[in-house]
Amino acid sequence: MAKPMEQIKWQELEVGSVVVEVGNAKEYETGTWRSEKPVVNKEQCIKCGVCWLFCPDGCIVKAPEGHFEADLTYCKGCGICAKECPVGCITMISEEE
Amino acid sequence: MDRFSVFSSRLVTKSENFTSGHRACQGCAEALAVRHVMKALGRDTIVAMSTGCMEIISSPLPLTAWKVPWIHNAFENSSAVISGCESGMKAMMRKGRIPQKKINFVAMGGDGATADIGIGPLSGALERGHDMVYICYDNEAYMNTGIQRSSSTPYGASTTTSPAGKVSIGQHTQKKNMPQIAVAHDIPYVATACPSFPFDLIEKVKRAAEMPGGAYVHILSVCPTGWRIQPEDAIKYGRLAIDSCVFPLYEVINGKYRISYTPYKKLTVAEYLKGQGRFRHLTDKDIEKIQAKVDSDYLKILKRCEEDA
Amino acid sequence: MAKVRKGIEVSIAMADAVAQANVDVIGAYPITPQTHIVEHLSEIVANAELDAEFVPVDSEHSAMSVCCGSAAVGARTFTSTSSQGLALMAEIFYIAAAMRLPIVMALANRSLSSPLSIWNDHTDTMMVRDAGWIHLFVENGQESYDNIFTAFRIAEDEDVMLPVAVNFDGFILTHMIEPIEYEDNDTIAKYLPAFKMKNTLHPDNPVSMGCFGMPEIYTEAQMQREDAIRRAYPTIIKAWKEWGDLTGRYYHPVETYRSEDAEYCIVTMGSYGETAMEVVDSLREEGEKVGVVKIRLWRPFPLDEFRKAVLGKKSLIVLDRAISFGGPGGPVASELRSALYNKEGAPVIVNYVAGLAGRDVSRNDFRNIILEGKARAGKGDTEGFTLYGLRG
Repeated sequence: MAKPMEQIKWQELEVGSVVVEVGNAKEYETGTWRSEKPVVNKEQCIKCGVCWLFCPDGCIVKAPEGHFEADLTYCKGCGICAKECPVGCITMISEEE
Repeated sequence: MDRFSVFSSRLVTKSENFTSGHRACQGCAEALAVRHVMKALGRDTIVAMSTGCMEIISSPLPLTAWKVPWIHNAFENSSAVISGCESGMKAMMRKGRIPQKKINFVAMGGDGATADIGIGPLSGALERGHDMVYICYDNEAYMNTGIQRSSSTPYGASTTTSPAGKVSIGQHTQKKNMPQIAVAHDIPYVATACPSFPFDLIEKVKRAAEMPGGAYVHILSVCPTGWRIQPEDAIKYGRLAIDSCVFPLYEVINGKYRISYTPYKKLTVAEYLKGQGRFRHLTDKDIEKIQAKVDSDYLKILKRCEEDA
Repeated sequence: MAKVRKGIEVSIAMADAVAQANVDVIGAYPITPQTHIVEHLSEIVANAELDAEFVPVDSEHSAMSVCCGSAAVGARTFTSTSSQGLALMAEIFYIAAAMRLPIVMALANRSLSSPLSIWNDHTDTMMVRDAGWIHLFVENGQESYDNIFTAFRIAEDEDVMLPVAVNFDGFILTHMIEPIEYEDNDTIAKYLPAFKMKNTLHPDNPVSMGCFGMPEIYTEAQMQREDAIRRAYPTIIKAWKEWGDLTGRYYHPVETYRSEDAEYCIVTMGSYGETAMEVVDSLREEGEKVGVVKIRLWRPFPLDEFRKAVLGKKSLIVLDRAISFGGPGGPVASELRSALYNKEGAPVIVNYVAGLAGRDVSRNDFRNIILEGKARAGKGDTEGFTLYGLRG
C-alpha cells in the first residue's frame, strides 16, 4: 500500500519522485464516485464480454458462473455497459435502491 | 451490435497494463482508448506521455495506473522524449551495455499536444525515423484545462474559447488533418481508429508497433464532458462519427491508402451532431455546410483508396 | 598510453572529451557559439570513433527532451547549447533536474536577444540559475576539457543524480585555440565508471516517472531536490580531488589568487579570471593590496568557502556579466551580498556589470574597475550596480 500523499515525508520519495510500485492506482477506489450502479440479469447475459470491452475503467469482471458484472470498487457508474449490452441485460439503478 | 461478432472479445487479452483506479471522468472514451492501446502493445513497451487528461488522471503521486515503464515530461515533447528513450536503448544494446530486446517505444498525447504545441517535436521525431509509435487521442479540444478550442476542434463546435454567440458559429476554422500531416512524412504506417471499434483499433496499434520506423495512429476519443453528451453515449457517438463518415477509419501502409470500414448505411452528419451540446446552436444551413465538407473529404479518401487498391 | 598536449580549439577538445567519456546519446541542435562542439561530435560518430546515437533534433526544446528520454533509460547523455537555445529549452531544463536525470551540458555562455547578439556574457545561464542544475564555471580550454569528465562523474554519482552544466564563455573560449593536455582513455576509464542508474525505464523493471503532484506532495518533491543539490557538494569536492590526483590539475569551488594578504579583491566567474590575475599582478607591483576571488561552483553555492575567502577584507569589487533588470545588482553581486549579510568582518561590495554581449573588457578596463571600485568602497558608495563603459 502506498502511503497517503499527505503523510509522505520528503525522505520517503524515490529519487526524482519515481513511482516504483506500478499499477498501484488500484488502491484508489473510484467506485465512491458512483450515483448509479449496473445490475446484471444473469439469466439474460449471453456472456459475450462487450461490456468488458467497452468499460473505460476496466472494472468488468467475469463471475464464476460465466456472466460478466461490474467490480463496484472501481465502477464509476457511467452506464456504457448498460447502453452497449447487445441483449439489454444490464440496468442502471440508483445507489440508494 | 450486429456490426461485429460479439463473441470476439474473448480474443482480446485480459491483461490490463493501464489499470482501474485511474481518475478519468465517467464514460471517458479516451481512457478506454488507452486501455485498448495498452492491450495491443503488451508489456514490452515504454510509454512517453504528454501533459493532459490521461497523464493527470493516471499518475497522481504516489499512485500510477501504468504497469509498463512510463514517463511524463512536458506537454509538447512526448515524441522527443520517446526519441531519446529509443536512441538511448539502441546505443546501449548495440554497445552491449544491456541485453537485446524488442521494445515498443510509444509516445502519446492529446489533440492539443499533437496538432498544436507538440507538432514541431512530432514532425522532427517522425522525420528522423525513430522506431516509434505516436498515438494521438483526439477529443477535439483542450479538455484537461476546461474545453478550450484546439486546431483539432471541428468547425461549428462551441468551446470555452470558441463560444457560439451572436456573431460566432463557435469554432470557425476547419479541423486540422493530422493523419494527412503524418502521411506527408513518408512514414511506414498511419492509421485512424476509434475505441467504438475496438478490434480495428487494437489491430492497427499492433501493426503500428510491428512496423519498423515511425508510425502514427490518430484515435478519435469521445469526451462526454467536453462534447456535452451523456457518459453512457460515449461509444455511440464514436460509432456515429464513423458511420456518418465525419471520421473515416483508414490506414496508410507504406504510402498506400486502405479504407478499414465502410458504413452499411452512411448516416447524415445531422445524426452525429444532433444531441451533442457543443453543436446545439447549429442551424440546418450550418449543418448542410458541414455535410458538404464531410462528403468531399470522404470522397477524397475513397478516391485515394481506389487508386491504391 | 600517455598524456598528449595539443594546440586545439576548445570546442573541439570538449567534443573529444565527450567522446572519451563514451557517451551513448548526443542531442544536438545548432546555435552559435556552441556549434563546433556538436559538429565535431557528429564527425566522431560518423567515423565510428564513438559508438553513440547522434540525434539531430528539431529545436533545443527537443534536444533537452531527447536528453531526458535517453537519460531516463540509463544512457550517458550529452548536449550543448547557448543563449536563445537555452531559453527555448528552459522548460525542460527545469524538468531534467526535477526528474534527477544526470545529463551533462556544455553551456557556451552568450547574451540574450534583443537586440540579437551572438556574443558572450552570462545572461543565458543566470536565467536558469534556480533550475536545480549543478553549475560549474571554467576559465580556459584545459578546464573546459577536464570538467566534461568531472561533470559526468558528479552528475552520475548515485548520491547526486542531477544534471550538470559546464559554463564556458562563448567565443572567448569556444573559438580559442589553446594548448590542452589530453588524458589517455585508461585514465578516463579509471576516473569515470560505467553509468548505472537505480530506476530506469525498462520493461523488466517498470516504473512511472514524472508523475503529477498535488499541493500535498509538491513541497516534499522540491525538498528532495534541494537536499540532493546540497548533498552534491562533498561529491563535487571529491570528484575534483580525484581528478587532481590523477592528472595533477586540481579544482576548487572558490579559487583565490594573491588574496591572502589582500585588503580588497576583484570577484569574477568564467574566463575573465585570467585577465583579472594579470592586472592584479601589475597592481601589486604598484603596491596595491589587491587579490582575485574566482567562483567556480555557482550551484550549489559554496557559502562557507566563499566566506572563508573574503571575510576580513575591506571590500570586494564584483564583476557581473548580466543584469537583473530593476533588481538590487547583478546576479552574482546580489548573491554575494546575501552570503555576507550580517557576517562579522564582511567586506562591502561594489558591483560592476561589464562585458555585455562580448564588449571587450581590456586590462586597462580591469584596472579602472578595480581602482575606481576601491575608491567607491572607501566612500561607502556601494548601492546597486554600475554599467561599466556605458556611453551617455
